[in-house]
Amino acid sequence: MKQIKIDPITRLEGHGKIDIFLNDDGEVANTYFQIPELRGFEQFCVGRPVEEMPRITTRICGVCPEAHHMAAAKACDAVFHVEIPSAAKKLRSLLYNVFFAGDHTTHFYALGGPDFIVGPDAPAAERNILGVVKKVGLEVGGKVIEMRKRTQQVIKTLGGKQTHQITSMPGGVSKGISIEEAKEIEKHCEWFVEFGKFTIQAFNDIVLKNQVYVDLILSDTFSHKTYYMGLVDENNKVNFYDGKVRVVDPDGKEFVKYSPNEYLENVAEHVEPWTYLKFPFLKKVGWKGFVDGKDSGVYRATPLSRLNAADGMPTPLAQAEYEKMYSTLGGKPVHATLATHWARIIELLSGAEMALDLIRDPEITSTHIRNIPTEIPTEGVGIVEAPRGTLTHHYTTDERGILTKVNLIVGTTNNYAPISMSINKAARGLIKKGVEVTEGTLNKIEMAFRAYDPCFGCATHYMPGKMPIELRIYDSSNNLIDLVRRNP
Amino acid sequence: MAKPKLALYWAASCGGCEIAVLDLHEKILDVANAFDIVFWPVALDFKYSDVRAMEDKSIDICLFNGAIRNSENEEMAHLMRDKSKLVVAFGACAHEGGIPGLANLTTKDAILKWVFKDSPSTVSNNGTYPQTHTRMPEGEIEIPEMWETVKALNQVIDVDYYIPGCPPQPDQIWGVIEYILSGQPMPAKGATLGAGDKTCCEECPRERKEKKLKQFFRPYEIISDPNECLLDQGIICLGPVSRSGCGALCPKANIPCRGCYGAPPNCPDQGAKMVSAISSVIDAHEPEEIEKILDQIVDPLGTFYRFSVPQSILRRVEKI
Ligand code: SF4
Ligand code: SF4
Ligand code: SF4
Repeated sequence: MKQIKIDPITRLEGHGKIDIFLNDDGEVANTYFQIPELRGFEQFCVGRPVEEMPRITTRICGVCPEAHHMAAAKACDAVFHVEIPSAAKKLRSLLYNVFFAGDHTTHFYALGGPDFIVGPDAPAAERNILGVVKKVGLEVGGKVIEMRKRTQQVIKTLGGKQTHQITSMPGGVSKGISIEEAKEIEKHCEWFVEFGKFTIQAFNDIVLKNQVYVDLILSDTFSHKTYYMGLVDENNKVNFYDGKVRVVDPDGKEFVKYSPNEYLENVAEHVEPWTYLKFPFLKKVGWKGFVDGKDSGVYRATPLSRLNAADGMPTPLAQAEYEKMYSTLGGKPVHATLATHWARIIELLSGAEMALDLIRDPEITSTHIRNIPTEIPTEGVGIVEAPRGTLTHHYTTDERGILTKVNLIVGTTNNYAPISMSINKAARGLIKKGVEVTEGTLNKIEMAFRAYDPCFGCATHYMPGKMPIELRIYDSSNNLIDLVRRNP
Repeated sequence: MAKPKLALYWAASCGGCEIAVLDLHEKILDVANAFDIVFWPVALDFKYSDVRAMEDKSIDICLFNGAIRNSENEEMAHLMRDKSKLVVAFGACAHEGGIPGLANLTTKDAILKWVFKDSPSTVSNNGTYPQTHTRMPEGEIEIPEMWETVKALNQVIDVDYYIPGCPPQPDQIWGVIEYILSGQPMPAKGATLGAGDKTCCEECPRERKEKKLKQFFRPYEIISDPNECLLDQGIICLGPVSRSGCGALCPKANIPCRGCYGAPPNCPDQGAKMVSAISSVIDAHEPEEIEKILDQIVDPLGTFYRFSVPQSILRRVEKI
């Protein structure tokens, strides 16, 4: 038996690590995608006052603190049984949509995009943001940096800090915006919409006009028929901040639509001894192992999943692109993992359009932004869509609002089983007896999980660099017999 | 002259410290020009083996973020120490243990038991917990061992400087980089960089009168006055016991400070100092009455030591 290690790949909570075992025929026997770190937030938050959660759980992830901030604030509202003022909801939602647009931008241009824009078989040294700039034009690099800068600026104004936001609290938000600030933000949001349109156009020109890429997107190596999950509004349109969780089956039919407080009837987590992360699955279908299909409880919660689970986008430009995606890829649902990149930029545009709508709403500068909770705190669940999947925070407190139980199902975690399966399938499809394992092989395996944007992917490719990756092949006596790695 | 060699590493980290560096935006290119970045797992393709192969003390500066939570974090801390002339504890987690350090208020067993057995969404796999070594049909696979206690960086290696904050603010990071590049002599070992030498209160626009208090409120219980000091209004704010540096971001957003910039100069223990700051503003003399007022402060431990449990007096006492 041979063993191949890819260590470290990218960040989730800590490094990810992939072990690939080959049998004596040189074919893939199995793959293990491991998460080697656990910080224990659920347990060490017990004993803390529940209102501190929006500013403690941000520290779960410095890439998407906004998601934890919002899920925590919503769970707090539920714990206190308090309805937040409509302006507060709009302010939170505005921050959140801007965050989505910014986060998806970084991923698309710096991490996922290079595979398509520069090409999956291009030398690794070019398959990064610099390669993208070279291909699409210098002005793009500047635009991407500017997009990041502008979104961070808006987030700081609304959230108090650009990383680890502080303003959302039980009952609403601590701080509103002035008319001057609103004018400033409106200009940014207009810019975001233009940037979204530009991104869609670039994707159309470079990826969709190239049949090789379209074939790659649709190839079986990168496909899994699973359930799909995403938040929807009352019209079943995609919503990032609020709504009900809708799950569709592999044929695209609604399987269930549940409110946050019903999540335990619908989602459960499976434990394996070889990793610190659990594997969520649909409880009513059951855990059947790392397999896809209707009988397996494995589901995905990604940008593509959200589009599959919804009936459409809430904004017009994004809706037009949504329709185009499904007609190009052969109808709903789309199972091709790599189409996630397309879904991601549709969401980018939608986030920008939503943000613009919200900032133009006269109520956004209202000063009625908080309701003081009056009921005795008990238990509550808050759910938002994180860019990397549905995020659930569930708190139980004593009558003083001191936490007694905390349960979290975090964005990327939802996709742990499908990511593992995608790696397995890609490895089986690409590593064959007598075929040399090359750097290109590595990249295609990487592409299988990169589509999910496992957390920290975005930062990984932000600098002129590439995802650290190394493949070690051991023989059955554990001697290193081959080493494949990126050229520095 | 050769460019100084720079390394960045993250241990038990949320990644926010790395994002803070990326939030230098276009200036990040200046950093890349001025330094020879020899190791930065988040952004560049260098491996642990590359670092091991380097000569001892061949890296000029290592910025190390994240707490020490498991065997791998600790090994990497020692490795970076051996290879670097200067090691900087970057961000609250490396500086004082940070938010992950709150885990020292519970135990490793309690964490594992909740996560892999008792949590309501978990379906226990015959009572299986993660193992450092697991024998699968195809061979053995490994994951690092989680430590019982979370440690700050200087509890496992010798640290030269500290850059506080959760995360350090980008303008402060830039200030430190500019200083280093200016070639001026570095401050004495153990110094705090990228922060002020006063308290958060002194950067705060709210007016503090050190009012005497009969009642404390939790932040959600009242709508606070935007100009008056939060502590004067009975909301626990750690401004008086926090180092200046962030520009009082939280109080400016009507939210009390939680002390992520660490203790100010000459304050060995943030929590102990907060206790005395509060005692001095309580408007009562009878022990019973004092107790009743203090009772309104929930979770003093997790609030006064929000970012610093591993470094606190408390932690050391408890562990010895
Ligand atoms: S100091 Fe704060 S931002 Fe930095 S790694 Fe720790 S939690 Fe994240
Ligand atoms: S609000 Fe906080 S930081 Fe500001 S003056 Fe009062 S105690 Fe100090
Ligand atoms: S106000 Fe306090 S908690 Fe907030 S950023 Fe500054 S030091 Fe940190």
